Amino acid sequence: MSEGPVSDMAVHAAHPPGFKHQFEDMDQQREAGSLGMWVFLVTEIMFFGGLFATYIIYRALYLPAFETGSRLLNVKFGAVNTAVLIGSSLTMALAIHAAQAGKKKSEQVMYLVLTMILGAIFLFLKFNYEWRADYHEHLIPGFGFIIRPEWGAAGPHVPLFFCFYFFMTGLHATHMIIGFGILGTLTVMAHRNRFNSEYYAPLEVSGLYWHFVDIVWIFLFPLLYLIGGRFAIPGVH
Amino acid sequence: MSAHVVPVKTYLGIFVALLVLTALTTGAAFMDFGDLHTGIRLVDVIPLNTVVALAIAVAKMLLVILFFMHVKYSSGLTKMVVVAGFLFLSILVSLTLADELTRGWSPEAGSWNTVVPTILPLLRGLI
Repeated sequence: MSEGPVSDMAVHAAHPPGFKHQFEDMDQQREAGSLGMWVFLVTEIMFFGGLFATYIIYRALYLPAFETGSRLLNVKFGAVNTAVLIGSSLTMALAIHAAQAGKKKSEQVMYLVLTMILGAIFLFLKFNYEWRADYHEHLIPGFGFIIRPEWGAAGPHVPLFFCFYFFMTGLHATHMIIGFGILGTLTVMAHRNRFNSEYYAPLEVSGLYWHFVDIVWIFLFPLLYLIGGRFAIPGVH
Repeated sequence: MSAHVVPVKTYLGIFVALLVLTALTTGAAFMDFGDLHTGIRLVDVIPLNTVVALAIAVAKMLLVILFFMHVKYSSGLTKMVVVAGFLFLSILVSLTLADELTRGWSPEAGSWNTVVPTILPLLRGLI
């Protein structure tokens, strides 16, 4: 009876910090963590997948309207934001690398903060420039959308494209905002020296989430901005 | 033993490759690659611009998954779960499209925004 706490302490002293006793060793613990996160990400793939499938079908049904809508988006912001998000994925990967390689906590904190800054730039460009311009150009369905005569027969269906555009980019942005909460927590944990070269599971699984959000954008960018037949309109380059 | 540590140089290389692919796909959107005519019903006309854009997106996705997300260095079990995820996504898309494309009708102009009024009476009957 009395051996409980004593043996617990002995066991804790014998393994690296962060090790959970139900696992054989740290490798198994790491694998279980990544596997569990991937199972969650598969549900996220299906979550976004429903939207992508619906987008594909409605695009096929109302192709001229979707192409018209796509050409109204600002491809410069789309491309710059893609680069910004890829940059944030890099800094996220480097934050994990810093922990793995046993670097100082300041390096982990720096990369995590950089990731948040790049994420914030993405959302700032999206909300403050793109969405704001869309509002002023009357392109937000439900907020004074105006169908322009130059859209011709496709006109009445263009709001459908913008429903998809705002819902898909909005859902993506929601994921990023959740990501800020996660990254903020990680920054505090890193600052408190919670991570070392053996234990960095919270960094690893949060990194998987952040990269997943990046992948969603990697597909949203061509689907929404690029495949609308931009080559057909002179002078948009 | 500890996990495989990907060198910083690899991460930087992947980052540069992703930026180059982003520039490529953006540039390709302003070029006309034309259509591919297959002669197969339902998929007779394949716009090559769409094919190029999606092929580049898939290449970028693979780079992110394999290197940034460490799947290249993960266990077979993790790899299987990842592949299963995309397998189910392809079932979702392909079976939905198989139904939608083979119905032999196309919707009337404007029918998408009249769906709500037609559904509402049904809902009233249920509640």
